[in-house]
Amino acid sequence: MRMPVRFIAAGFASAALVSFIQGFAPPPDGPETVRIAHASVAYREPGDFLRDGAPVNGPRREIRADTPFEIMKRQVTRGEYDSCVAGGGCRALDGGGDADLPAVGASFVDAMRYAAWLSGTTGALYRLPTDREWAIAAGTRFRDDAYTEVSDPKNPSKRWLALYDAEAAGEEAVDPTPRPAGAFGANERGLLDMAGNVWEWTSTCFVRHRTDSLTGAASEHENCGIRVAEGRHRAYLPTFIRDPKAGACSVGLPPANLGIRLVREERSGLDGLRNFLGF
Amino acid sequence: MITRRTALIGTAVAAVAAAAPALAQEQLAAAAAGTASADGLPHVKAKLVAPPAVMAHEQVATGGPKVVEFTMTIHEKQIVVDDEGTTFQAMTFDGSMPGPTMVVHEGDYLQLTLVNPDTNTMPHNIDFHAATGALGGAKLTFINPGEQATLRFKATRAGVFVYHCAPEGMVPWHVVSGMSGTVMVLPRGGLKDAEGRPLRYDRAYTIGEFDLYIPRDEDGNYKTYESPGDAYADTIEVMRRLIPTHVVFNGAKGALTGDNAMTAKVGETVLFIHSQANRDTRPHLIGGHGDWVWEAGKFANPPERDLETWFVRGGSAGAALYTFRQPGIYAYVNHNLIEAAELGATAHVKVEGEWNDDLMTQISGPAPIAV
Repeated sequence: MRMPVRFIAAGFASAALVSFIQGFAPPPDGPETVRIAHASVAYREPGDFLRDGAPVNGPRREIRADTPFEIMKRQVTRGEYDSCVAGGGCRALDGGGDADLPAVGASFVDAMRYAAWLSGTTGALYRLPTDREWAIAAGTRFRDDAYTEVSDPKNPSKRWLALYDAEAAGEEAVDPTPRPAGAFGANERGLLDMAGNVWEWTSTCFVRHRTDSLTGAASEHENCGIRVAEGRHRAYLPTFIRDPKAGACSVGLPPANLGIRLVREERSGLDGLRNFLGF
Repeated sequence: MITRRTALIGTAVAAVAAAAPALAQEQLAAAAAGTASADGLPHVKAKLVAPPAVMAHEQVATGGPKVVEFTMTIHEKQIVVDDEGTTFQAMTFDGSMPGPTMVVHEGDYLQLTLVNPDTNTMPHNIDFHAATGALGGAKLTFINPGEQATLRFKATRAGVFVYHCAPEGMVPWHVVSGMSGTVMVLPRGGLKDAEGRPLRYDRAYTIGEFDLYIPRDEDGNYKTYESPGDAYADTIEVMRRLIPTHVVFNGAKGALTGDNAMTAKVGETVLFIHSQANRDTRPHLIGGHGDWVWEAGKFANPPERDLETWFVRGGSAGAALYTFRQPGIYAYVNHNLIEAAELGATAHVKVEGEWNDDLMTQISGPAPIAV
C-alpha cells in the first residue's frame, strides 16, 4: 500500500493542524507504519570482536523491544525521496528511477537528510532504526552473520579460508533491479520486503570490541564513519556510499542496493506540531 | 608451409629411420637441417579442458617429436559478464573465454581441426602467434558456418603464445568478443632457470584477460542484443573510444573467485599463464610474488626473479612461477587497481597450509593508539 506522493506533499501543512485539532492522534498523512511491541529476536552483536587479538564471533542472545516503536511498513519510494529533493531537503540521487519503486542508491547521509526533512514536513519525528530495532522488526528475516566458529590464533588463515568458503557457499546473487513494494512479501510482523534486494541503513556505528581472556579487560572502539546496513546479510559501509557494488561485507556478496526505511517516534501530535513549528 | 618436395624428403627420412631406435634423434637432426616433416611421426590426440585448468601434459617430453591433434569448435553465445546481469554476445573457441590452453613441446607439430557449426552466424579463423606463415594460419583456416578446416604447424619456439580469431576486416571485434587463448610450447627438457637448473610446477592455471566494450542505452543501462551481428555497430563505436566497460578474467567478473577460485597448498609451485590478446596488463599476486617470471612468455629467455608485478603486452602471454609459502586467500589482479576492483579483473587463490610465523606475525592487533 502506497500513499501517493502528491497527496503527502499537499497534506504536509494540514497534517500538523489536524493533529492539533484531534489532540494526540499521530499524523495521518505520513507513510504507513507497523507498531512493533513485545517482539524479540535472536540477535548477534554487530562489529568486530577480537579475543586475545584473534577475530571471533560476537555474542548472540535474545533481545526484545524494550519500548514499542513504529517502523515504516515499506521502504521509502523514489517518488517520496524526490519530493524531499524538490523540497530542498535532499540531494538528488544518481540516475533515474520509477517514482513507485523503492528509492535505491541512497547513502547514510542521504537517509539522514530524508529523515530530517520528513520529520520537518510531517511534524512527526522520523529517524533511522538502530540495528537492534531493525533485527527485531525483521524477525525471521534477520540473518545471523556468524558464518564460522573457526578461529585459530596460531594460523589466522584458517578463519580467512572458512569465511571465504562460507561466502562462496552462502548467498545466491540477487537481481538488483528494484521491484514494487511487496514483491519480496511480508514478514510475520507485516513489514514488506525486509531482506529483499534493497538493504536499509541503520543508525548503528561500527564497533571493534577487544577482550583479554587473561585479565578480563574489555575495550571498545567506535567508528561512526561506518554504519550498519541490513538486508539479506549485515553490511558495514562508509556513510557516503550510495552504490555498494564494490563490496563492504565481511562475508557474502555486497548489498544489491541501499535504501531507506524509517522509524517514527511515538509522540503526541502536540509534540509533532511543536516540532513542525520549530518551538 | 610444407612443399611437396620437403614432404617427400621427410617421408624418405622417416622411412629410412622407421625401424631404427634412434628415430627421435634422426628427427631432431632433420629438424635442425630444416628438412623435417611430420610424416611418420606418432600422432596423439590431446584432451582440451576449459581454463583456468590446463590440459594434462608432460613437463619434460619423453620420446621424440609428435603430432599433437586438437579439435576446437567455435561457439557464438550470449553470456553474462558481471553480477548485474549484463549480457554479452560472446564468440568463443570451444565455448570458453579464453579458449583452452593447448600444450605441446618444442619440435612437436600442433594439428588443429577448427569447426564452425552452422548454428553460428559468423565466419571465423585462427591466428597462432606460435606459428610461422600465413598470418599465423589465419589465411588457411578461414571457415564459414557449417565448415571446418585442419591446420598443422611446427612448434619451433618455446613459450606461451596467444592465439586469436582474425577474420579480415573484423579482427579486433572478434578478439574483444572473446576469441583468444594460449598455446604453451614447452622446451623438450622442461622449464629452466638462467643457470639451466630445472624448474617444475605442481599445478598450472591459465588466466585469460579480456577488455570488453559493451554499449549502453540513453539511460546508461547496458544493452542486450540478439546476436553478435546485432551488437556489431554499437560495439565498434564503444571500442573506438578505447575505454573498456569491463576488464575481466576468464570471461566474467567473478569467473575465478568464490566457488571458482583457484586453489593451491603451501609448498606447491604454481605456473600462472596470463594472456591478453588486445591490451596491456600487469598481473600481480597480492601477498605473493613471481618467483620466476617469463614476462614476455618466451622460454628461451631466462626468467626474471622475485618480481612484484609483471607486464604482459597486449597481444602476448606471460608466465610466472610461484611457490606458495603462506596459507590464506590471495588476490591475483591486474594491478591497475581500478580495472581490478571496478571493472572486474580480480581472481582469487585459496591456499591451505600451516602459517609461517617467521615470514609474518601480527605483533599487536588493532587497538586504541598507545599514548
